[in-house]
Amino acid sequence: MIKDITIGQYYPAESILHRLDPRVKLGGTFAFIISLFLFQTLYGYIFVALFLAGIIKLSKVPFGYIVKGLKAIVFILLFTSFFNLFLTAGDPIYTLRFFKIKITITDNGIINFIFYSIRLILLILGSSLMTFTTTPNQLTDGLEKVMKPLNRIKVPVHEISMMMSIALRFIPILLEETDKIMKAQMARGADFESGGIIKKAKSMIPILVPLFVSAFRRANDLAMAMEARCYRGGDGRTKMKPLRYHSRDYMAYLCLLIYLIGIVGIGILERMGIFVNFL
Amino acid sequence: MQIIFDKVNYIYSPGTAFARQAIKDVSFTINKGEFIGLIGHTGSGKSTLIQHMNGLIKATSGKIYFNGQDIYEKEYKLKQLRSKVGLVFQYPEHQLFETTVFKDVYYGPSNLGLDKLECDLRSYEALKMVGIGEELLDASPFELSGGQKRRVAIAGILAMKPEVLILDEPTAGLDPKGRDDILDQIAKLHEESNITIILVTHSMEDIANYADRLFVMNNGELVYQKPTKEVFSHYKELEEMQLAAPQVTYVMNALRDSGFLVKTDATTVEEAKDEILRVLKLRRNGDLS
Repeated sequence: MIKDITIGQYYPAESILHRLDPRVKLGGTFAFIISLFLFQTLYGYIFVALFLAGIIKLSKVPFGYIVKGLKAIVFILLFTSFFNLFLTAGDPIYTLRFFKIKITITDNGIINFIFYSIRLILLILGSSLMTFTTTPNQLTDGLEKVMKPLNRIKVPVHEISMMMSIALRFIPILLEETDKIMKAQMARGADFESGGIIKKAKSMIPILVPLFVSAFRRANDLAMAMEARCYRGGDGRTKMKPLRYHSRDYMAYLCLLIYLIGIVGIGILERMGIFVNFL
Repeated sequence: MQIIFDKVNYIYSPGTAFARQAIKDVSFTINKGEFIGLIGHTGSGKSTLIQHMNGLIKATSGKIYFNGQDIYEKEYKLKQLRSKVGLVFQYPEHQLFETTVFKDVYYGPSNLGLDKLECDLRSYEALKMVGIGEELLDASPFELSGGQKRRVAIAGILAMKPEVLILDEPTAGLDPKGRDDILDQIAKLHEESNITIILVTHSMEDIANYADRLFVMNNGELVYQKPTKEVFSHYKELEEMQLAAPQVTYVMNALRDSGFLVKTDATTVEEAKDEILRVLKLRRNGDLS
């Protein structure tokens, strides 16, 4: 049921990707996302897809499990692709007349529709791979370390990363809570499936109210527990396991660099007109 | 035979790294009007098991029958089942959401599609049954004390007039008075309306006081399903499952071991008292058989 939402969750496995320093993974994900927008032709897509497939293979996270995470964002995907399909200028292929509104599907629209969807899917797969292979704690540690220089200009780096880690930590807890409350209300005869939109929205109230109450209760408890352990922010706080780069991390950076050079190379070749966009 | 489980298995998140068998080959029958106790250490599968009984969880394999009907059959209406098998979750007060106590209890029966008068009537009745006074009907459920909240939540299930009532640790986190109130009300309900009760608890005393038959879960398996007294005579095995017998059973065993020849099958304080008095009387008469 609702527990099937896998996006943003950690997937425990023994892989080189799991052992990498979170800073590498953060940087890698960032570079990967940017790299997705550096090319226009099919060659780029093939290159990125191959790279991603290799990484997924390395991560030992089952592919089916990753794809399951996509389910949660199908709506956003459809939404953007939909606009690409209908609102791109180009040679009209098919015109839909809906009363007085004319909707035209163009050749460029179809191309955009296909490729933007692929681009988005690649983006989500790539970035969810980071959360699959990195525990929230590692992620925050990495983020804190990467953002450390911002401390100089009075950005509360520690607080931001602490908030982030708590937020991530609470996703599974609140999902479980939602599941429990849904079941409890179903035991009282609640029906979340049938009826129109308004009825469905109304049927959410018995879930949302207890969920909010419990979220506040948990936040309160957590704050109390942190205070009881004398938490007072990041000043002078040391780490039990400070982040240190190993040789595998340097290797990973090297791979990333090669990948980026590859992508930029493809981009340059495109500009020079060597790869003709045959579409 | 009201509820029948036939070789029920349940696996959480099958096919992933999180896969875990929560229920292993569980079979049993429960008759109408029985008072069943269900014990087991934390994570033994009790909560998963009871969620099968009203169809909230679908078994990975195996069959479940309610009143002779297979609940996994296509035409079977699970919603109907849920109105007949009332399930009170752990910390049920966490599911309260309405603006007033009365409205919250009203939610259950109104979901059954009954007319307003019937819903009103059932809600009043249920609140009365759990001992919530009229002055609290219009209070916000969030203003009540812990014990009151829990009773309101239980009333929310009772208002659906279930034939079977399952309670998952209904007394967890309550003070002794709150605990006794709730258990007494459940016992009364059992006696007066002859509904089947399944009580999940960690308190062996509660089980000894109320349950006719005891189910013991261990690592997803149903190890015992016998009359309460018989199960508690296996207290050594129970301890290996991180469980125990009631305190008095230990007292009786200790007495016997130190040469005071009582029978050790007492599980409630009352029984223990009678047994000790019986032996004392025999002693006074000089008859030490």
